[in-house]
Amino acid sequence: MDLYEYQARDMFESYGVSVMRAATATTAAEARQVAEDLGWPAVIKAQVKTGGRGKAGGVKLARDADEAQAVAEQILGMDIKGHTVHRVMVTEGADIAEEYYFSLLVDRSDRQYLAMCSRSGGVDIETLAKDSPELLAKVPVDPLVGVDAAKAAEITAAAGFDEADRPSLEAMFVKLWEVFRDEDATLVEVNPLIKAGDGSIIALDGKVTLDENAAFRHPEHAAYRDEANVDPLESQAREQGLNYVKLDGNVGVIGNGAGLMMSTLDVVAYAGADLPGSPSPANFLDIGGGASAEVMANGLSLILSDPAVKSIFVNVYGGITSCEQVAKGIVQAMDLLGERANKPIVLRLDGNNAAGGRHVLKRARERLAGFVLVAETMDGGARMAAQLAAGVASIDELRNAREGENR
Amino acid sequence: MTILLDSNSKIVVQGLTGSEGHKHGQLMLASGSRVVAGTNPRKAGQTSEFSWAGGHALVPIRATVAEAMEKDGADVSVIFVPAVATKAAVMEAIDAGMPLIVVITEGVPVHDTAEFYAYARNKGTSRILGPNCPGIQSPGESNAGIIPAGITGPGPVGLVSKSGTLTYQMMFELREIGISTAVGIGGDPIIGTTHVDALAAFEEDPDTKVIVMIGEIGGDAEERAAAYIKDHVTKPVVAYVAGFTAPVGKTMGHAGAIVSGSAGTAQAKKEALEAAGVKVGTTPSTTADLARGIVAELGLDRWDR
Repeated sequence: MDLYEYQARDMFESYGVSVMRAATATTAAEARQVAEDLGWPAVIKAQVKTGGRGKAGGVKLARDADEAQAVAEQILGMDIKGHTVHRVMVTEGADIAEEYYFSLLVDRSDRQYLAMCSRSGGVDIETLAKDSPELLAKVPVDPLVGVDAAKAAEITAAAGFDEADRPSLEAMFVKLWEVFRDEDATLVEVNPLIKAGDGSIIALDGKVTLDENAAFRHPEHAAYRDEANVDPLESQAREQGLNYVKLDGNVGVIGNGAGLMMSTLDVVAYAGADLPGSPSPANFLDIGGGASAEVMANGLSLILSDPAVKSIFVNVYGGITSCEQVAKGIVQAMDLLGERANKPIVLRLDGNNAAGGRHVLKRARERLAGFVLVAETMDGGARMAAQLAAGVASIDELRNAREGENR
Repeated sequence: MTILLDSNSKIVVQGLTGSEGHKHGQLMLASGSRVVAGTNPRKAGQTSEFSWAGGHALVPIRATVAEAMEKDGADVSVIFVPAVATKAAVMEAIDAGMPLIVVITEGVPVHDTAEFYAYARNKGTSRILGPNCPGIQSPGESNAGIIPAGITGPGPVGLVSKSGTLTYQMMFELREIGISTAVGIGGDPIIGTTHVDALAAFEEDPDTKVIVMIGEIGGDAEERAAAYIKDHVTKPVVAYVAGFTAPVGKTMGHAGAIVSGSAGTAQAKKEALEAAGVKVGTTPSTTADLARGIVAELGLDRWDR
């Protein structure tokens, strides 16, 4: 879970990291008031969870109250890479002498933490890492030791800071480590980290990503959840404990297990590539291991409520769960949904007691015949679902064709 | 032969007295695995009773992993405790010197995994598999975790995968050929055993003739595996990567499955693997076809063993 800049700033401040005085506003009038309280010049910064904010015009300087209001009016409601600006942070203007970069992150490759630091901050760090890797110091951090005084000194030395600046930088790195450790962050990034005209070191912009798996020891992190900017279907799914991600296509997809689900998205997209309108997945939906009737009904209901969906592909490999239970779940789900179950569903069941599952579906055939079709394989099922979404075949045509093959 | 787990393996289940531990402990026993003990300090000295169609077992509950090693000869631990207690459970197993620790639990904070992995690396006496993994199965020999028994029998294909259900799907696709060992390494950002570790073990295992590797978007584990294969693996490798059509910046179920910026895409992984001479399938079925082709070329089938 990514934090907004103002949330990261407040978090830094609570750990004793030097930050600029600031407050947030959701209207231009409020921004004007906040800026007047802070003094001039003020900086108005769009609060969005995406990069490239400055280039998009989301950060502006204001020298007086009228300008603060005008600038806030421009920025609020602005669209930055698909993110609408609902809030600005107003800060006092910084007297920037130099700009640096610092981050702490989980290094998946080395299976430990990594500190990255550069004297050339304020720029896009991926570009810096690619074009001038010699300017970016990378120092591994042992998870059992962390960034202590010795590690902080190693980092400032690797980045080549002047002796005079090192003590205050090192003190800040230790505090940022405390943020990383105590908040269960997977990323703490300060860019730019500045040296002000008076020599003080200040975290001017911050990015923090929190580990949602650690929520059990951070009930306070729930407040960071940003329901306003979440897709309404994703938010409904979260409440029901379903793992759902909205995508752009028109084939609703349900599967069990993250890997098989991801694979199903690919297979559907491949199957649709050559068809009219190129049908593709409308969502990722992993119903997990023990797919009860209720979970299946919630999943189907969620997907049926997506107006973009033209057909549905249910792809289940029964591991521990019996396919018979999964099939019963689907039949019950269809009964629960009644009239709302009005889109064609292609179903592929394999694994534990697949025969039992098919038998359950066969028995319910009368009720399901109009809109449920059983596929023999994952690839075959994806093809049928894509054909249905593209409108090149009806469920009856597909059934007849399949029965023809079987004969 | 197999890797990491065979018919001599003696399994202790940390969390055997919990509902998941009991359910899967029973399934492991029913599939013929030697589950020799469970741990729970509050129930030490008691026994857990299991019965299934055609069998019955009484398994002693020990206070600690160390005790299960000493009294019952346990050399594999399978952990089913909740995420909140997982770090302590793994640390205990590492302290006891448990050779193989299989962490089934999902939702473990990455800082906890980073710490217990670093602790195990420092101590050097334990291999960790997972967390958030389905475990490891050597069909016909032993089953440590939640991979369903009976999908396929022993055979010449070594399988390593980040995903549980894709592991089952691939075992099912290859059911007429058979598997030496299937290793589910898990999809978390930090895992104890990587594709490279499994590849190295399969390369050493005389009965594994073909290796099937399943990866997914996120991280650079597949690229690292490709580099390793190029330099160290002489056996044919077939790969599948899930997530070609996954959008940038959205986590696809596994905490580690996210494409960030230009890194971690399925296409980049496929290209790296192909450059190392690995045949890469576009779907699980076509991947199984590639493996089947190699098995046929080598003149192998499961009855050769």
